[in-house]
Amino acid sequence: MNQAQVSGEMSDDVLAIAEKWRQAGREVALATVVETWGSAPRATGSHLVIDADGNFEGSVSGGCVEGAVIGEAADVIESGAPRMLEFGVADEIAWEVGLSCGGRIKVYVEKVA
Amino acid sequence: MKFELLQQLNRARAGRRAAILVTDTQSGEQRLIEAGEAAAGPLAEALAARFRSGRSGMAEDGVTFLTVHVPPPRLVMIGAVHISQALSPMARLAGFDPLVIDPRTAFATPERFAGVPVIAEWPDEALKEQPLDAYTALAALTHDPKIDDMPIRAALEANCFYVGALGSRKTHGKRVERLMAAGLSQELIKAIDAPIGTDIGAQSPAEIAVAVLAEIIAALRKGPASVRAAA
Repeated sequence: MNQAQVSGEMSDDVLAIAEKWRQAGREVALATVVETWGSAPRATGSHLVIDADGNFEGSVSGGCVEGAVIGEAADVIESGAPRMLEFGVADEIAWEVGLSCGGRIKVYVEKVA
Repeated sequence: MKFELLQQLNRARAGRRAAILVTDTQSGEQRLIEAGEAAAGPLAEALAARFRSGRSGMAEDGVTFLTVHVPPPRLVMIGAVHISQALSPMARLAGFDPLVIDPRTAFATPERFAGVPVIAEWPDEALKEQPLDAYTALAALTHDPKIDDMPIRAALEANCFYVGALGSRKTHGKRVERLMAAGLSQELIKAIDAPIGTDIGAQSPAEIAVAVLAEIIAALRKGPASVRAAA
């Protein structure tokens, strides 16, 4: 029973998805929440996986800044260079993308190559 | 991240091995450290603390990010008894994967344990399929040495983060004698939580389940009782 359970768990798992997508030949970037301040919606270590077409799984903020992270991921996939993103209420971009909870987060985006 | 590193990390996770991905967020350089691997250098202490807490975070230098992967905690109950019937759903609510083992087929029926995996086999057989590890808690609840002793011993040797055994002080005294005769060290035997559970005066099976779960959570979050008492 447990074998099936484990593989079931792994199949909705962001890192497992990243591996599967890459295995299938898709270009993939991985975003990770590396620091949070205040009432950030997702814990440090949370992941979002993005492919070159903008498909994604997982979350780094519960929906507030994913759009911006996906946009940056496209650049990271193209250049191959990792990037550190910061979102917060003090930041004009954060208002645009709507991190309205009052928290601040740092997100590290890297290519899986 | 290199694809090979991602595969290595996913293999460790699937195999219930704790691992930390160390990322230099400036250079993009990464390496994977598995629990038990000797980690030398300035990060050694931070890595050990992260393995214990299971939390990801930035190292003190503000540049090195530690992504911590520890397996979800499991609770193995020996004995498909009344206490396990109460303890299984409670453990699941608290975030543990419960598993019940009992060779007595009259007890170990799926009807008595809705949705909880039950293995109706002797523990030595059942544990071959489900090896114990440091992220597993084991509660021996049958009162029967023929069923309880082997998994208690296996759990101590596998460094399970919690090992509890039901029974009075007198019953436990006899158990200690048997385990010592079987060659187990006194230090390992001392790690057994007996009489089982936090002392809240529990009487009913459900109350005992609460006491056991409280002790399991304390062991997970604050370390084994022997260490907590010394601190």
